[in-house]
Amino acid sequence: MSSFATHTLKTFSIGGIHPPENKWSAGQKIVTLPIPKQVSIPVIQHIGAPSKVLVNKGDVVKVGQLLAESSGFVSANVHASVSGKVSKIESAFDSSGYKRISVIIDVQGDEWLENIDLTDNLISNITLESAEIVKKINEMGIVGLGGATFPTHVKLSIPENKKAEYLIINAVECEPYLTSDHQLMMEKSDQIIVGTRILMKALKVNKAIIGIENNKPDAIELFSQKLSGPSDIEVVALKVQYPQGGEKQLIKSVLNREVPSGKLPIDVGCVVQNVGTAFAVYEAIQKNKPLIERVVCVSGHDLKNPSNFMVRMGTPVETLIEATGGVPEGTNLIINGGPMMGKSISRLDVPVTKGTSGILMFKQTVSNHNQYQACIRCAKCVSVCPMGLEPYYLMSLAQKNRFDEMEAAYPTDCIECGSCSYTCPSHRPLLDFIRLGKSEVNQIIRQRNQR
Amino acid sequence: MSETIWLTIVILVAIGSISAIVLYIVAKKFYVYEDPRIDEVVNILPNANCGGCGYPGCKAFAEACTKAEDLSNLFCPPGGSDNMKNVAELLGLLAVQKEPQVAVLRCNGSNQNRKKTSRYEGVENCSIASQFFGGDTDCTYGCLGYGECVDACTFDAMYMDKDTGLPVIIENQCTACGACIKACPKDLIELRNKGKKSRRIFVSCMNEDKGAAAKKACDVACIACNMCVKACKYDAIAIVNQRAYIDFSKCVLCRACVSVCPTNAIHEINFPARKVTAEKVEEPQLEA
Repeated sequence: MSSFATHTLKTFSIGGIHPPENKWSAGQKIVTLPIPKQVSIPVIQHIGAPSKVLVNKGDVVKVGQLLAESSGFVSANVHASVSGKVSKIESAFDSSGYKRISVIIDVQGDEWLENIDLTDNLISNITLESAEIVKKINEMGIVGLGGATFPTHVKLSIPENKKAEYLIINAVECEPYLTSDHQLMMEKSDQIIVGTRILMKALKVNKAIIGIENNKPDAIELFSQKLSGPSDIEVVALKVQYPQGGEKQLIKSVLNREVPSGKLPIDVGCVVQNVGTAFAVYEAIQKNKPLIERVVCVSGHDLKNPSNFMVRMGTPVETLIEATGGVPEGTNLIINGGPMMGKSISRLDVPVTKGTSGILMFKQTVSNHNQYQACIRCAKCVSVCPMGLEPYYLMSLAQKNRFDEMEAAYPTDCIECGSCSYTCPSHRPLLDFIRLGKSEVNQIIRQRNQR
Repeated sequence: MSETIWLTIVILVAIGSISAIVLYIVAKKFYVYEDPRIDEVVNILPNANCGGCGYPGCKAFAEACTKAEDLSNLFCPPGGSDNMKNVAELLGLLAVQKEPQVAVLRCNGSNQNRKKTSRYEGVENCSIASQFFGGDTDCTYGCLGYGECVDACTFDAMYMDKDTGLPVIIENQCTACGACIKACPKDLIELRNKGKKSRRIFVSCMNEDKGAAAKKACDVACIACNMCVKACKYDAIAIVNQRAYIDFSKCVLCRACVSVCPTNAIHEINFPARKVTAEKVEEPQLEA
């Protein structure tokens, strides 16, 4: 399928899998979804502390108005994605499967704050200074849009004793089915390039690399064309291999640097940002637009029109599915995010949040977690683990609640990519148990540090 | 031939004697004194190694007892007060007297009371399921029903009821070791005083949602209506986080709260059946 020679392509050195890509919604233009009647905006849409609600019941808000303020360094502002009246502030279900404090707004019209630039003009002149950019990104509530939703300003605030050399833009989109980043790259390439330059300025680096997986030859070509000649931004085509888009894997692939266990990318001089984040940064800095909408890919088995939508945060997932022709008959499972790292949702009224990269509908699960068999010691999980862990061993320790011993086997290095569970011939739920062990081990470490 | 036999015997005896001398010296040199009372305390303890005392096993607990100057922070729940008294007598200390306790499940969201809104196909393990979502019903506080507490119980004092989908605690076998409490990711199990004649009253709901949402999710949810608080003359009931809690140290088991609860969220255990006269008194109260 690719027009590039595959044998010379860069990739990471250990592990990895290649599940069927099934990118059915590829090439579908991004459609702006009509604004729903009511939105539910959770005050926690990011990793870190929940934000503090600033509005009250009955307040009239405009699009872009601050709804909840970040309550710590690792936290993010939440803005109104629609204009209207705050009807309730109560706990409502979100994609986590739990109830979270949410601001529920009854939509009235579409009135934006005056300082937001709604034109399509490309503004490529960056006027702000490095510190101002980071401050503004913090104000605009931007988080990593790859799915992990880590606040972007935290990644851009580099500790004094460390120095960034490279900015890496993660345009890999290694998850099967998802096409939201791909389509964004095709339609908003200029904005993304400006966004990349803004991030470079914020980090004070003069070299950026855009890593794109080789199953998107059109995007590679487009960006190579736009950045042809001597440029501060390099485009690198990467081998189609999951999890190519993992932060540490991507650094290994493009720069051949390995992030040591327990360290961060900045320790090897890199900062990785998602391509969607670069676009959001462009809109925030150049257009004053907070993070209030994102591209969501809707796809699945037998779905009438797999699509890419531009969706306001807080829109119920139901609305997106209806716009593609409703839930196909026989659908058993609806996933928020990609099929590998996403999480199935238990109800349709959950809102789209900053981390929703896709909504996928499946007829059957690839692995049935409950009918697993004994480990046959084939070591497939060991060979596919991109972090060089021993998943079978971690699982058996977690199953026996032997978390003290588990700590020595580095469960905290696990990136939860799910390659082990995918490849296991006995269908063992390796990742479920490793994730459990990971959180227990993290708790043990935290308790020890407190003492 | 005989020479070989003799040589072998001499060599073996020599190796044996040298090793014996070395071992003797090592044993003397590195001798560790162990309080002989530790073994005696271990013999008194139930030796279930349940970890209910907070120590890894009975031996570690016995060691802590012998080293301790007073036993106020040391208690063996399965052994109970009598057992601790024996330990204290042996060590010449004063034992803590605690009322016997028993575990209760503070959720009544059975298959009949709480309707399922989704189907979970993941690993049947409460910790994993609770990381994943709030539960397959609209109540995110209730029992998930995958029996991690039953697996944790070392005294065979729990089993899963297939019909209700909830764990059941066998009162006579429960030693209040607290293993199930640690196992439950939803914190639904509580140790409560066993009470007179094993009679107990408690609110069997942990839902923190507002009344309407809680009631919609589960027929027997506590809706924080305040009826029980008003009915209680002993100030034993308080509503915290949208749910009632009965303080067992203040409760006198009068059952006034049980009859006023509109959702039957308050449970009474081991009480005799109500007399007809008692019901007659209740009815006008309910109407009012």
